[in-house]
Amino acid sequence: MTKHFVGDTTVLLGRSLRHIARSPDTIITTAIMPIAMMLMFVYVFGGAIKTGSDSYVNYMLPGILLITVASGIAYTAFRLFMDMKGGIFERFQSMPIARSSVLWAHVLTSLVANSISLLVVVLVALLMGFRSGAGVAAWLAVAGILILFTLALTWIAVIPGLSAKTMEGASAFSYPLIFLPFLSSAFVPTDTMPGPVRFFAENQPVTSIVNAIRDLFTQQPVGTDIWIALGWCVGILIVAYAFAMNTYRRKIS
Amino acid sequence: MATQQAPAIQVQGLEKSYKELQVLRGVDFDVARGSIFALLGSNGAGKTTVVKILSTLLKADAGTASVHGFDVATHPAEVRESISLTGQFAAVDELLSGRENLVLVARLRHLKDPGKIADDLLARFSLTDAGARKASTYSGGMRRRLDIAMSLIGDPPVIFLDEPTTGLDPQARIEVWQTVKGLARLGTTVLLTTQYLDEAEQLADRIAILHEGRILVNGTLAELKQLLPPAKVEYVEKQPTLEDVFLTLVSAEHRISLRTQKEPR
Repeated sequence: MTKHFVGDTTVLLGRSLRHIARSPDTIITTAIMPIAMMLMFVYVFGGAIKTGSDSYVNYMLPGILLITVASGIAYTAFRLFMDMKGGIFERFQSMPIARSSVLWAHVLTSLVANSISLLVVVLVALLMGFRSGAGVAAWLAVAGILILFTLALTWIAVIPGLSAKTMEGASAFSYPLIFLPFLSSAFVPTDTMPGPVRFFAENQPVTSIVNAIRDLFTQQPVGTDIWIALGWCVGILIVAYAFAMNTYRRKIS
Repeated sequence: MATQQAPAIQVQGLEKSYKELQVLRGVDFDVARGSIFALLGSNGAGKTTVVKILSTLLKADAGTASVHGFDVATHPAEVRESISLTGQFAAVDELLSGRENLVLVARLRHLKDPGKIADDLLARFSLTDAGARKASTYSGGMRRRLDIAMSLIGDPPVIFLDEPTTGLDPQARIEVWQTVKGLARLGTTVLLTTQYLDEAEQLADRIAILHEGRILVNGTLAELKQLLPPAKVEYVEKQPTLEDVFLTLVSAEHRISLRTQKEPR
C-alpha cells in the first residue's frame, strides 16, 4: 500500500498544481484581499495608529501574511469538496493507490499556492516601502514559521473539505481565521485594548506568531515568542491532522 | 487463488444499514466470468450500495463478497487491483483535458508509457479530436465515454458501471451500450446497475431485480419472461416508437465508430 505513496502523491500533486495553473484567479483572490487591507491600513488608518515603529507597513506585514494564509486555505477546502462531490474522489479510492496520497496532494498544493500568494504580498509590501535588514537565517526562520502555520491551517481546512454538505459550508470556516489577526497585536499594540479583549489578544496564537515574525524582520531578539508561536503551530497541526485523518477514515470505510 | 471456473463476483448474505434505514437485507448473487450482469432496480433499491461495497468504498454490516477471487473485506488492495469503477456521476477531472485525464489514471495505475495508452484510448473512443480540450467542454456523451475509457486503463478484469446511461441522450446511450458489449466480448466481467428495463434487456446475460434490499429474481431474460403467464397472441398495429423516429432522423450524421477490438499493448 505504502510502496507507491511518494509516486502517487507526486502524480496527484501534479494534477492539483495544474488546476491552480489553469485557474490562477485562486492565487490572485488569495493575494488581493490582504493587499487591499495593506493599502487601506497603511494609507488610510496607518497615519493615525501609534505603534512605536517608524514604518507602519513594517509593523503590520506579519499580520497581513497570516491573513493571506488564512484566506488561501479556504481553497483547499473548496478543491477537496469539489473532488468529493464530482465522484473523482471515489474513483481514486477504488484504485490501487496509496490511500492517503489524495489528501497529501491537496495539502502540498496548499503549501505551494500559499507560498506564491505570500511572495506576491511581500513583493507588494516592498513596493509600499517595507524594508527589513533581516539576514538569510532570519528570512528562513520566517519562512519556516509561515510554512508550519500554513500546514496547520491546511489540515484544519481538510476537515470541512471532507465533511461539508455545501460549497459555502466548505469555505465558511475560514472567516473566523481571517478575523483572528484583528484581535491580536497584528495591527495595533495590545496595550490600549480593554481588559478581557487584551487578555484574549495577548494569549491567542496569532499574537505570538506575529510578534516572532516582527522581531525576526526587525532583527530584535525573538525571546520566548518564537517558542510559543512554534508551540501553537505544532499543537494546532497535530490536533487538526488527527481530526482530519479521523474524518477521512470515516469517509473511506 | 482465482480458478478459471470460479465466478468473477460472489455475493452472499450482504447486509448494510445507514443508521436505522436498512438498505440491503441479505443480497446473494454470482456473476460468471466474462458475462454482463445487470442489477435492475428503482431509485433507492440499494444498487449503488452493492456497487460501493464491491468496489471497497463501503464496508458491509454482514455477509461476504468476493471479486476476482479476493474478499472485499479482507483483501481490499487486491480487489482494487482487479476492478474499475465508473460511478453514477462521470468522474472526470473537468479542469484537465481528456488526454490528461487518461494519463493521470495510467500514472496512478503505475503503467508504462501513459501517453501512448491515452492516445490509444482516445482513438478507440472517438475522442482524438477532443483530446486536448478541457473535459468541462465535453457533451454528456463524450464525458461518459471518457469516464469509461478511464475505467479501462490497465485492463481490469472486472468493471462496475453504476447507472452508466442515466442522463444521456439516446445516441450516447447506444454508444455506451456498444462499448459495454465490446468489453464483454473481450472477456471483461461487467456488473452494471440500471433503472432502465430496456438497458438490462439489451445488454445483460443475466438480470437480477433488486427490490427493498433483496434480490427478487435472478436469471436470463428468457427465464424472467417465463415467470409470467405465457404470451397470448394479440394483433396490434406496429407503430414506430418515438425513439425509432428520433434515431432515424438524427443518426444519419452521427454514425458511431467505436472500435471495440482490443488494442495491442
